[in-house]
Amino acid sequence: MNRRRLVSTTVLTALAAGVMALGLTWRPSIAAINPPKASSFPASLVDRGATRAKLGDCAVCHTTAGGRPLAGGRPLATPFGTLFASNITPDADTGIGNWSYDAFRRAMRDGVSRTGSHLYPALPYDHYTHVTESDLRAIYAYLMTRRPVHAPKPDNKLIFPLGFRPLLAGWKLLYLHHGDVPYDKDQSAQYNRGAYLAEGLGHCGSCHTPRNLMGAEVASNAYAGGIAEGWRAPPLNTANPAARKWTAESLYTFLRTGVSPDHSAAGGPMGPVVESLSSVPEEDVRALSVYFAAKMGNVPASKVPDVQVDRRDEAVAAFPDGAKIFAGACAGCHGSGAPMMAQGRPGLGLSTDLTDSKPTSAIQAVLQGIEPPVEGRGPKMPAFAPSLTDEQVAAVLGYARTRYSREPAWSHLERDVRQARKEGGQP
Amino acid sequence: MTFELSVNGKTHIVDAGAETPLLYVLRDELGLNGPKYGCGLGQCGACTVQMDGKAVYSCLTPLVAVAERKVRTVEGLGGINSMNPLQQAFADEQAAQCGYCISGMIMRAQALLDEIPHPTEAEIRSHMQPNLCRCGTHMRILRAIRRVAALPEGAAA
Repeated sequence: MNRRRLVSTTVLTALAAGVMALGLTWRPSIAAINPPKASSFPASLVDRGATRAKLGDCAVCHTTAGGRPLAGGRPLATPFGTLFASNITPDADTGIGNWSYDAFRRAMRDGVSRTGSHLYPALPYDHYTHVTESDLRAIYAYLMTRRPVHAPKPDNKLIFPLGFRPLLAGWKLLYLHHGDVPYDKDQSAQYNRGAYLAEGLGHCGSCHTPRNLMGAEVASNAYAGGIAEGWRAPPLNTANPAARKWTAESLYTFLRTGVSPDHSAAGGPMGPVVESLSSVPEEDVRALSVYFAAKMGNVPASKVPDVQVDRRDEAVAAFPDGAKIFAGACAGCHGSGAPMMAQGRPGLGLSTDLTDSKPTSAIQAVLQGIEPPVEGRGPKMPAFAPSLTDEQVAAVLGYARTRYSREPAWSHLERDVRQARKEGGQP
Repeated sequence: MTFELSVNGKTHIVDAGAETPLLYVLRDELGLNGPKYGCGLGQCGACTVQMDGKAVYSCLTPLVAVAERKVRTVEGLGGINSMNPLQQAFADEQAAQCGYCISGMIMRAQALLDEIPHPTEAEIRSHMQPNLCRCGTHMRILRAIRRVAALPEGAAA
C-alpha cells in the first residue's frame, strides 16, 4: 500500500466513523400536530397534571422573573455557560403547541425535542425518565390546557463546543438510565411512594447530589450534598449536618411551610420548591418526608437532643468585631428574647448553614437574605450585601459559627464571601 | 467609643457603642429625623438611608459597620425650599399619605436613579420591592419615580 493510498484510506475511515457516530446520535422529527383543544382533555386528568407539574417544579425553571407562567426565558447559569428555559405553554410557534403526546414523552424520557435535537440535561430527564406513563399523560394534559403565550426562547450562551447538540448523545449513553424507580419490598408503601416522587418528578438529586466534571450526578455518592445557584444543597444522607436530626415529622413541616422550628428556614432555590410542595396533596409530602428521614438514618424523635450550642464567650473572644456587628445587625431577630424567637422560630444553634462543613449557604443567606417561600408568608431575612463589607460578613459569620456550633472555624471565609458576592452579582 | 461619621457631606464625632444602630445616631445624636424607625428588623424600609450610594437599612447597620463609608439621608438631597427632582416629584404626585415611609422610599429610589438614570418599569419595581407603605400609595410612589426616570440625563442628580 503506498503512502497516498494509506492517507486516503485513513481519511475515508475517519469520515465513515464520523458519519456513523452522527448516525447513532440522530433522532427523527415527530410530526407536528394542530394544538389540541383544551376540551379534549378530561378535567380530572388536567387536575392531576397540575399536581404532578408542581411536584416536578416545571414552572420554577420555565418561568422568568415577572414573566408569564411556563413561558420560559429564565436563565440558568451552569459551569458550561448560560442556558435559557424553553416556553412550554401550548403556543404553536414558540411553545409546545404542536407537540403530540409522543413527542412530549420522548422529551421527558429521552431528552429529545419534537424536531429530533438533543436537549441539555438542565431539563432533568435523567430523573423524569422514571415518571410513569399515567403521570406523564396527566402533565401533558395540564400543559396543553394552559393559555398559550408567544415567547421565543433566548439563545443559549455555551462554551465551545457544547453548542453542538449531538455531543449530548454521548452524555446520555453514560448517564441516562431508563426504567422505573426500583420498588424496595423491605420498605413501606409510603417509603416507596416517596422514592418514586423524589427520584422521578421531584428530581431532588439534581441539587442534593454532587456532580462530576461532565455535569452528571455521581450516582455512587447520591444525596451527599451539592450546589444550586450558589447555595449549598445539604446532604440528605446520614452525613446531613443538622444539629438536631431530621425526623419524618420535622421534614414534613419544613417541606410544607418552609420553616421547621427544629432546624431553619428554606433559603435560595429551596424556597420555590417549598412553595410548590405547600399545595400538593398531603400524602405526597408525607411520603417524601418518610423517604428522606430514612435516607438520613431514621433517628427516633426520642433520641433527638434538645440542647442548643451557645458558646458566647468563646465567640466574643475569637471574633470581637463580629460580636459587635452581630449585636447591631443580627440580634434584633436572632438574639434570645427577640420578637422572632418569641414566635417559635428556630435559633441559630439549629441552623444547618452554620454546622455545614462549607460556609456557602451561610454566606448567601447573609448577602441575599431569605425570601418568604410561600405566598409572602414565613420568614423573611433582609439582604446584607449593601450594608456589610466582605470583611464584616466574614467577621459576623466567624462569630456565629463559633457561637452556635462546635465545628472548627471555616477557613478563607473572607475570600469565599468576596467570591460569592462576585458570582452572585451582589452590590 | 468615639466614631467619626460622614453624613450628608459633613463629618461628625459621635460617642456611642459600636453596636448602636446608625438610625439611632442619625435621629438622636444628629437630629436628622428623616429616616424613621419602623420595625427595627429590616422588614419595612422606613429607615432606609444611603451608604456609599447604596440603599441600606439604618436600623440594622451598627456604627462599627459604617466605618469610613459616606452616609446620605433624605436631608442630604435637599430641604423644603430646595427639593431635588425626586423629592419634587414625590410632592407633585402627592405620593405621601401619612408620609412615614416616604423618606425611605425616596432614598431607595434615589440610589437606583443615581446608578441607572433611566430605569425600566421592571427595574424600578424590583428595586423598590423591599420598602413597604401601609397607606397603599405605591402607585403614586411609582409615578413619582417614573417622572424622574424620564428626565433627560443629568437632571436627576
